Amino acid sequence: MDVVYYLIQSTLPLGIPLLLVAFGGMFSERSGIINLALEGIMLFGAFTGCLFVYFSGDASSNVQIILLLGTLVAAVGGALYSVLLSFAAITMKADQTITGTALNMLIPALVLLICKMAFNSDGVTTSARFYIKEVPVLSQIPVIGDMFFKNTYLTVYIGLLIMIVLTIVFYKTKFGLRLRACGEHPQAADSVGINVYKMRYAGVTISGILGGIGGFFYAVGVMDANCNGHTGVAGFGFLALAVMIFGQWKPEKIVLAALFFAFMRTLAYSIPLIPFLRDLGIDTAWYRMLPYIVTMIVLAFTSKNSKAPKAEGVPYDKGQR
Amino acid sequence: MEKKKKISFTQSKSFDAIMAAVMAAVLGLIFGFIVMLIANPDKAVKGFQTILIGGAGRMPDVFYYATPILMTGLAVAFAYKMGMFNIGASGQFTMGMYMAMYVGFMVDLPPGLHCLAAVLAGMIGGMIWGFIPGFFKAYLNVNEVITSIMFNYIGMYLVDMLVQKNSVMYVSSKTRTDYLPASVQLPALGFKNSNVNIAIIIAIIIAIVCFIVLYKTTFGYELRATGFNKFGAMYAGMNSRKNIILTMVIAGAMAGLGGAFTILAPSSIAGSSMTYEPVNIIASEGFDGIAVALLGSAHPIGTIFAAIFIAFIKCGGTLASLYGFKPEIIDVVIAIIIYFSAFASFMSMIFKEKISGLFRKKKKQPAEDAGA
Repeated sequence: MDVVYYLIQSTLPLGIPLLLVAFGGMFSERSGIINLALEGIMLFGAFTGCLFVYFSGDASSNVQIILLLGTLVAAVGGALYSVLLSFAAITMKADQTITGTALNMLIPALVLLICKMAFNSDGVTTSARFYIKEVPVLSQIPVIGDMFFKNTYLTVYIGLLIMIVLTIVFYKTKFGLRLRACGEHPQAADSVGINVYKMRYAGVTISGILGGIGGFFYAVGVMDANCNGHTGVAGFGFLALAVMIFGQWKPEKIVLAALFFAFMRTLAYSIPLIPFLRDLGIDTAWYRMLPYIVTMIVLAFTSKNSKAPKAEGVPYDKGQR
Repeated sequence: MEKKKKISFTQSKSFDAIMAAVMAAVLGLIFGFIVMLIANPDKAVKGFQTILIGGAGRMPDVFYYATPILMTGLAVAFAYKMGMFNIGASGQFTMGMYMAMYVGFMVDLPPGLHCLAAVLAGMIGGMIWGFIPGFFKAYLNVNEVITSIMFNYIGMYLVDMLVQKNSVMYVSSKTRTDYLPASVQLPALGFKNSNVNIAIIIAIIIAIVCFIVLYKTTFGYELRATGFNKFGAMYAGMNSRKNIILTMVIAGAMAGLGGAFTILAPSSIAGSSMTYEPVNIIASEGFDGIAVALLGSAHPIGTIFAAIFIAFIKCGGTLASLYGFKPEIIDVVIAIIIYFSAFASFMSMIFKEKISGLFRKKKKQPAEDAGA
């Protein structure tokens, strides 16, 4: 039973960033912009967030408040960085895939450059520890307390809150409906008076905010509040895109997909703890490849009738009908 | 007569492409200079000078650095002509590297033949990793970008695992492979203190062959037609499925060759080639290849010059460390170049008006030209 608790406790801090970033990808793509830059946005969020933690002084105030403020900083960082994508993709009508690739390449290089010159290291190293051993009161609940309120991070609860709010925004508000219309048929949306450019800017900016937060949460939950230019976010931005596709661009399915992927990865890194899998003697590299292989298998079976937004990747041209 | 020619050149398509590339490169360098100014204002000018001209003193090294990125650049460019974005050149490169290494370590052959076999094995490794996204796109309708990204990761983990498991290759105390036997080493071109080898000549020949295939054969015509208008090409009876797979296999072959050329190069600096360190990081050559291809407007001949340019500033970037700047500054420049080449054609359209205006005025104000 301890192993089960352990797996759940380690899956959540990993699954939440994945979930948030996949939500970000969803908001961007449902508005019609392919956001391949999520990997870069994540690293930028992690970098700005960690820098904030680094400079905010470690022992002075409550660690969890620093975490909250760092989340805000990371969100602003991600949003600002995503403007580079929206400007190129929406205003300049540039190729979205190429722009995204460029933005992904820029950030690791900048982070390495800045950190090597400022700290003489490959990244930002902080001594803050955001780990929560037990949540008071709640951790005393049998089973549930063990699963969700022990050995965890505040990021899990913030992430779940954001998830619920955004799902409501996506399905139950005027804004969400308009955003989705711009990804399916921008001309039709425009004809009823929706400003397609504005909605797309909004979609990409939301994905920037979520990407930034997700990156910082990754740094907090997986990297011990450090950020490194070489390893970056280890392909989590791309994995989030896979999660989004796996989840068919729908919030409720994305949640399941993100948890599944996070569980797979947790499993891959905790083989030595699980007697049954350890005895099989399969190389851990196979488990690390598993999320990517599963993605490919799923895509192979679902892509024929893909639910991708119809207008994604196509720059909107007012003159075109 | 001459004047007339010039005007028509400024209005031609290749002028457009060259202008776009130059603009992107200049903007990338300007941004790099700004970053350097922020980082260290005192030495920025010296450092920037080194980046711009430092490579000139080390031309053999420039050609050595240019070899792998020319191959990955061709891999991206060739697929781009078909309207596909081959972001998977990294994975194809890594597979090529592994296959070449495998033949180098595990197969015994006489010297000349051994090297050739290893290079061909590398090509096949890349072909396999190119075939997969092609197949997924042609028959299962999966976007090649996603497939390529996934297979970059799968390839990286797979190769690192295979290397670490192989006791002949891997020396666990050094956490890297042993040195490859001398019989698989590519013949050097004989410059002192430089790794430059015969591969750069082969790479340039391959680029020229690419040009001929793309522009002088039926296959190339079909390929470009499909890239221009997929449905139009299908309507004209071109077999798009077969062409998609073939394109990706050829692209993969070139990236794989790049991997083989990299690992089999003679090494004057210990550890720079002939040995591999599995560190779970995706090969950067594939991404540099994207910059090379875009800068070269996805034209094989343009790609040659773009590869030499990128290698040139990379070489200068390593020299800039003399002034305390880190070589990553070049990666920043490369990223900016890609960013601007994505919408450079739009900007060059505006710019072109001005330039061709200048030419029409018979180069009245050359100073303004430089200033712009």
